Amino acid sequence: MNFSYTILIPLIPFVVFLILGLNHKRIKPAVSGYIGVFGLMASAFLSYFTAYKYFFTVPKIDGIYQQITHKTVWMNFTDTLHIDMGVLIDPISIMMLIVVTTISLLVHIYSRGYMKGDPGYTKFFAFLGLFTFSMLGLVLATNLFQIYIFWELVGVSSFLLIGYYYTKPSAIIAAKKAFIVTRFADLFFLIGIITIGFYTGTFDFETLNDPTGEVITNWASTSFMGLSVLTWALILIFIGGAGKSAMFPLHIWLPDAMEGPTPVSALIHAATMVVAGVYLVARLFPMYYFIEDGFALNIVAYVGGFSSLFAAIIAITQKDIKRVLAFSTMSQIGYMMMALGVSGYDGHEGVGYMASMFHLFTHSMFKALLFLGAGSVIHAVHSNMMGDMGNLKKYMPITNITFLIAAFAIAGVPPFAGFWSKDEILVAAFEYSKPLYAVGLIVAGLTAFYMFRLYFSIFHGKKTAYKHTPHEAPASMTFPLLFLAVMSVVAGFIPFSNFVTANKEPFEAHLNYPLAAIAVATGLIGIILAYVFYKNPTEYPAKCRKAFGSFYKWAYAKFYMDELYFFVTRKIIFNCVSQPIAWFDKNVIDAFMEGIGSGTLKASEKTKKMQSGYFQDYAMAFVGGVVVISIVLIYIFKN
Amino acid sequence: MSFSSLLIMRHEMLLLVLILLLIAGEIFIPKHKKSSLVHLAIFLFGIHTAVGFLPADTETLFGGSFRTNDMIHLFKNILNVGVLILLLQSADWITDKLIGAEKGTEFFILLFSSLLGMYFMISAGDFLMFYIGLELSTLPVAALVAFDAGKRKSSEAGVKMILSAALASGISLFGISLLYAATGSIYFDVMAISMTSSSLSILGFVLFFAGLGFKISLAPFHFWTADVYEGAPIPVASFLSVISKGAAVFILLILMFTVMRPLIDAWQNMLYAIAILTMTIGNIFALRQKNMKRFLAYSSIAQAGFILLGLIAGTQLGASSIIYFVLIYIFSNLAVFGVVQAISNKTGLEHMDDYNGFYRTNPMLSLIMLLGLFSLAGIPPAAGFFGKFFLYTAAASEGYYLLVFLAVVNVTISLYYYLIVLRAMFIRTNDHPIPYFKNSLYMRLGLALTVIGILAIGMYSPIYEYIHSISSLLN
Repeated sequence: MNFSYTILIPLIPFVVFLILGLNHKRIKPAVSGYIGVFGLMASAFLSYFTAYKYFFTVPKIDGIYQQITHKTVWMNFTDTLHIDMGVLIDPISIMMLIVVTTISLLVHIYSRGYMKGDPGYTKFFAFLGLFTFSMLGLVLATNLFQIYIFWELVGVSSFLLIGYYYTKPSAIIAAKKAFIVTRFADLFFLIGIITIGFYTGTFDFETLNDPTGEVITNWASTSFMGLSVLTWALILIFIGGAGKSAMFPLHIWLPDAMEGPTPVSALIHAATMVVAGVYLVARLFPMYYFIEDGFALNIVAYVGGFSSLFAAIIAITQKDIKRVLAFSTMSQIGYMMMALGVSGYDGHEGVGYMASMFHLFTHSMFKALLFLGAGSVIHAVHSNMMGDMGNLKKYMPITNITFLIAAFAIAGVPPFAGFWSKDEILVAAFEYSKPLYAVGLIVAGLTAFYMFRLYFSIFHGKKTAYKHTPHEAPASMTFPLLFLAVMSVVAGFIPFSNFVTANKEPFEAHLNYPLAAIAVATGLIGIILAYVFYKNPTEYPAKCRKAFGSFYKWAYAKFYMDELYFFVTRKIIFNCVSQPIAWFDKNVIDAFMEGIGSGTLKASEKTKKMQSGYFQDYAMAFVGGVVVISIVLIYIFKN
Repeated sequence: MSFSSLLIMRHEMLLLVLILLLIAGEIFIPKHKKSSLVHLAIFLFGIHTAVGFLPADTETLFGGSFRTNDMIHLFKNILNVGVLILLLQSADWITDKLIGAEKGTEFFILLFSSLLGMYFMISAGDFLMFYIGLELSTLPVAALVAFDAGKRKSSEAGVKMILSAALASGISLFGISLLYAATGSIYFDVMAISMTSSSLSILGFVLFFAGLGFKISLAPFHFWTADVYEGAPIPVASFLSVISKGAAVFILLILMFTVMRPLIDAWQNMLYAIAILTMTIGNIFALRQKNMKRFLAYSSIAQAGFILLGLIAGTQLGASSIIYFVLIYIFSNLAVFGVVQAISNKTGLEHMDDYNGFYRTNPMLSLIMLLGLFSLAGIPPAAGFFGKFFLYTAAASEGYYLLVFLAVVNVTISLYYYLIVLRAMFIRTNDHPIPYFKNSLYMRLGLALTVIGILAIGMYSPIYEYIHSISSLLN
């Protein structure tokens, strides 16, 4: 079966980027929007075609979906280690193709309305094209090295998109923060890749992931500090994934990244880039599962579970609607990570893996819908703050209904999409560990609560007097909303376990009625509470805030994570280890540059004296260096 | 000497002829037509560069003092391409500033003489030829550094350069004599066999190494760098940081992997310390710089530290990764220097704050700068990423994990200061940004070549594969 044409799926957005990027002064805005939309339509069409062809016409071997790769050797590294470029077609890459092209297409359409009149309209579509290209390249990568290259490209293009409003200082700072934090995580990713390259002699996913292959069966051959070297490598790679997927404690960039245009948030921070980490772990799942009995996978499970609870608590307290959605995204991605972490491999044991991918799929639909809905609200009200909104159901009926559907979906109310995927996750967690199941259940309740708090405060609640009467968004913006609303209902009925499973062998997934009932009940309690609190203005929220007192304050301040980073970088690392990690925060660097920081400044003053400008001093250093090196070397080698 | 041996030395001979032609031109061409010399010199050097790519034989001459093979040819060709781009970028400066002052030809002659010295240095088969080449490559540059005769800083830089060079080459020569004492020969082939790890040979080696360490600006031999770059005219600073450094790395690579191989235990330890020191010092000082030339001086010191990663490995992979990295470094640094020079030619501005808002007025130049700096910082898909990646793996494959980790941390720091420049250009605003200007054809060509180089070398893998295959000639 030949799938080599799939290379066109990423290439088309790239061509769009080139056309728009090189001619952004010449092309009329209206035309550039159409070029972007039609390019993406072609990509999306090819993706759907590929999915149909792969799932329904390629014969399964022993009931297992085949993995199809087309690649060429791109760079010969050593005799055994080489880097390939190519495309890899298997169930999860196809699923991601569909997610990325669909959401990107809808965001393109939506942006034609949302960005109308923006001076950089064409440039914006060019950036969108570049981002889509990078993300699709990442999805189709056949090996670790290729995925890393596109991984970095995704980082760069999202930097451009987050910092799109470059005249706004907060957008610039946010873009920088996102770039620096994720790059810091990428550093570990790169070290992990190098380690794998050298201990296994290959970067290729097919070879690495073969459960009976040499890599997985020989994991114990080399160890380092009590763990297999490969386990270390997998942990390092997970750190890279955690950076992009905003897992605790590398999540601090995500809320700030909401400074970008809202369609960008829908694309990058709901459906595509942030799930790259989940995709990476899923891509290497056999390695994570088999090596050292899944030690690294345990870490994934607990980090995911913790992040999901942590973010859900913060989401309850936030007042900026995009920040609520940002933390909700972090929480849901934590869910997916947790599901991967608790998954087994064969048959029904792999339900966690299936559930994670399923949730990734449904989440991308309803979360993109939530972001786009929020965008159209922001567009109408010209504010991000929930306090400025209320009773919008009167003015924006379509947004109201679609937002409500998405909220039901994320809250896990049957028959909406989120219910089905979430139920599978809870089943997997229940079988693996009861504490993680409890976390999952609590998060489900919290999610329903904060989401309906958001919904009621925007569309119901107090009658706000608006300066300009809000009005429903244009058709280019409501069409994607309606489309996604439909998807948020029907996506749940896809029999996912027939398509995407850990060992690529379909199995029958059944609804676990007791667990489902508990989950739905929890969700409903959350919704009812939110209804009581926020449907009409009441005094309950204030009372609750008072009751929780300092805990509420903590959560509202995002548990002071930013401040913690600030403290660690400025006070501890800055003074002790100085520069290396200090860049986490602009202020730290500024302090360095302006000379406010104490220790380092003194040190640099001293070193500055070294560079005095006097040749005599230089000659002294030169000769001194020679003498010291000679003495040390001779001493070492003569004893 | 037969005609065929002339062919073997065709790089040297052609360049010599070029120098003689220029001297004749200086004498016979009337004053008001001197500017045509610039076109002539660049054109002839372009032909020289092209001829260099003809296939070559493996030969030795003068009883083994001079040798050549595919790898040495490749080194010379890399340097030629670098010099050609440099000349294209400097053509305006030469025409505007030097021809009027009747120093244009002098500039070419001095530059080519230095390049000739590098040829001999790389082709050397014994330490005598090596030393002559080293001196010939250094002394003309000292004169070039002092070319801005009107500026006090330039003269000061010239004096500092020549004093430092004299010190370095004196120490180096002393080291060579100690090595001679230890092995009884100055021929590389003989020395490689009779070299043993004795105190005498280690001392000789360290002293000799200091001389090349000076040219590559490794810590603690780097102090001259910033002062000299700052004082020197930009083309000369560019030559120092790109061509001169590249040539020194090449010969160091040859010597370390052949003659000094018996001392590998000693020099691996030494390079370990020097690599960390050089990277860190370069980076920390670069953070504070506001003058572009000083900034690039420290950045080039830090980059030199990375080169050592491949050297430490001592394997074929290490050798090929060094050659590859230097090739990429030449293109990336020339891109950055080219933009700095283009701005300086038109406006005379060299301060980082002057670049604020530059993207609004001159997007093309800003994008070239972005590409060059991304390549230096090692961000894919610019070629610099691949260069660095190969260096890491070369060192990691020999078990230097800590060193690789420190290098990666250093790269992360360097990313920050490269972004400072980009922040000035792309993000900062300025009420009076540098207005839009058009570049001459030469400058545009010079910049276009660097852009093609940065993109192609990373993407087009046969280049690396050729280098990898050819680096087996070292063993």
